[in-house]
Amino acid sequence: MSTQLDLVPVKPTTAIVGADDSKRSGRSLWFRMLVNDRVAACAAAVLALVFLTALIGPMLMGHLATHIDLDNSNQAPFTLAHGWANVLGTDPLGRSMLARLIVACQTTLSVAIPAVVISAVVGSVVGMWAGYYRGWRETIAMRVADVIMSFPSLLLAVVVLYVFSPSAANIVLVLAITRIPVYLRTARAESAELSSRIFVDAARTFGASGTSIITRHVLPIVLPTLLTVATLDFCYVMLAESSLSFLGIGIQPPDVSWGLMVAQGRTYLHTAWWLSFFPGLAIVITTVSATILAAWARIATDPAQRWRLTVPQKRLSRFAKTTKALS
Amino acid sequence: MFSFVRRRMYTSALPLIIVLLGVFLLARLTGDPTNLYLPESATEAQRQAFAEKNGFDQPMLTQLFDYFKGVVHLDFGTSLRTGESASEMALRAFPATLQLAFTTMLLAIVGAVVIGCWAAYRPNSLADRFSSLLSMTAASIPDFWFAITGVWLFAVLLGVLPTSGVDSGVLSWILPIATLMIRPLGVLTQVVRGAMVSALSAPYVRLARSKGASDLRVVTHHALRNAAAPALTVAGDLAVGLINGAVVVEAIFGWPGIGKLMIDAILQRDFAVLQAAVLLTAVSIFVLNIFIDACYALLDARVREPARV
Repeated sequence: MSTQLDLVPVKPTTAIVGADDSKRSGRSLWFRMLVNDRVAACAAAVLALVFLTALIGPMLMGHLATHIDLDNSNQAPFTLAHGWANVLGTDPLGRSMLARLIVACQTTLSVAIPAVVISAVVGSVVGMWAGYYRGWRETIAMRVADVIMSFPSLLLAVVVLYVFSPSAANIVLVLAITRIPVYLRTARAESAELSSRIFVDAARTFGASGTSIITRHVLPIVLPTLLTVATLDFCYVMLAESSLSFLGIGIQPPDVSWGLMVAQGRTYLHTAWWLSFFPGLAIVITTVSATILAAWARIATDPAQRWRLTVPQKRLSRFAKTTKALS
Repeated sequence: MFSFVRRRMYTSALPLIIVLLGVFLLARLTGDPTNLYLPESATEAQRQAFAEKNGFDQPMLTQLFDYFKGVVHLDFGTSLRTGESASEMALRAFPATLQLAFTTMLLAIVGAVVIGCWAAYRPNSLADRFSSLLSMTAASIPDFWFAITGVWLFAVLLGVLPTSGVDSGVLSWILPIATLMIRPLGVLTQVVRGAMVSALSAPYVRLARSKGASDLRVVTHHALRNAAAPALTVAGDLAVGLINGAVVVEAIFGWPGIGKLMIDAILQRDFAVLQAAVLLTAVSIFVLNIFIDACYALLDARVREPARV
């Protein structure tokens, strides 16, 4: 690793990422940039752990989440006296908090990830289409986005989930619809800017159809920005789903979600603080990691800023001096 | 200036009308609107009587006309729970939310300006990095968890603040405002810092310094005005999102505002009150957007109609 980072500190404008060609390849470049930024690498590791837990955790510990053991109800955390599974305490029915957190992880992510994917795909496709063709398509798409954005998402979710009773599918749909404008606006802006570029003009002259231009030229350039937005949006969707479940109109019992666990633990705040604290902490850890990763992605996908991630961090201070802004 | 505001009113009226239509259609989308108003155990005869009384058996266009007439007269029906007029309940609960939201936004803006300016004044310093980390965390924390942890820490463990309600004077405002404030504060700090960094590197700042202006005057009098415009746009978006936060905060702290009214209406299946509350919120967002745009036009002359020569 150290040989790869052994770049001579040149002035930022002339730093060429991967100048030592022998070690350059697309994927290892991203990996190097991630490892170089320790905080972002930490955040990525945490997120990977969360996804892994959501995938295989319930298979391993799912039965403990429904195993009611009234002798052990409301046990305090941080002690192994009641078995290693109860290391984070137990809930009023004696179920292990750790197991419930893991099962809730799967439920929460199984609502958040489809919502993000659906809104990203629909919003990006419509945005790129509207931005490429301009004209009435752009106007209509922007109007629709304005209408959706002008209304607070929670209210929309509240009314919709009241009318069509709450279920995981309805929640995913409502959250997806409220987040579409974010991708729509970003994709449209980028696509509109790209549609006036020379290479797109050339493709049009060769007779390429609009669809193929969008998929072959516009999409690969817009994709990194959209991924950054999607990472940040994942954070927001998780918070929205947790809020809905907390208010009682999201995931319904006996299904379990982190927001729902916080709500259920609220009545025991005086006696069993861990019932509300740990699920909330899980949410915080996941969302903060997603935010940090999104900030890293914003720098990594911008070719003009990328040099910051290729210079070893302790040499970065040479280019980013701590001075007063007015000197 | 006024023609600008008038134009913005026309374009902002469209989302409002769509929301009104949307609520109307949504209530009738599931087939039988009485399902929303009446409890599950209502008999067929009761449903029939209710439908006749409220005009649900009329043709759709008549219903639409009556609905819009009701909206204009602020008549959204009566609450099934208390029997009062739904719009009266909503209007009574509204000022409490307004007070909360206004105070929060004010404190968030002041805090963000101070911290953002300080961070931009000394970029890449420890204070700057710390404030960046804090603002990033603040933008990702779930507000309901922050509220509950705050209640546990200050009310249960330390006993210095009340757990809920509005009776304890200033003390009962502290936790709700703190909870509502973290997300706007976090986002606004980052925006103000970014805008101030680019404003402070502008040539007019260098000129002001060379004329001998003090640092404070340069930052506040010259740079801040140019950084205010993007910050204002973001503040406007955040004010809309504040309604989301207000619903949660009012539910946790029992604040008698419109958010709590909505949640209670949902949990007790009182659709008339829910409708009134949602529509009142939509109207207030409409007014707020107009206000933000007017402020933006006041600040930045380029946004207004160019003067005719």
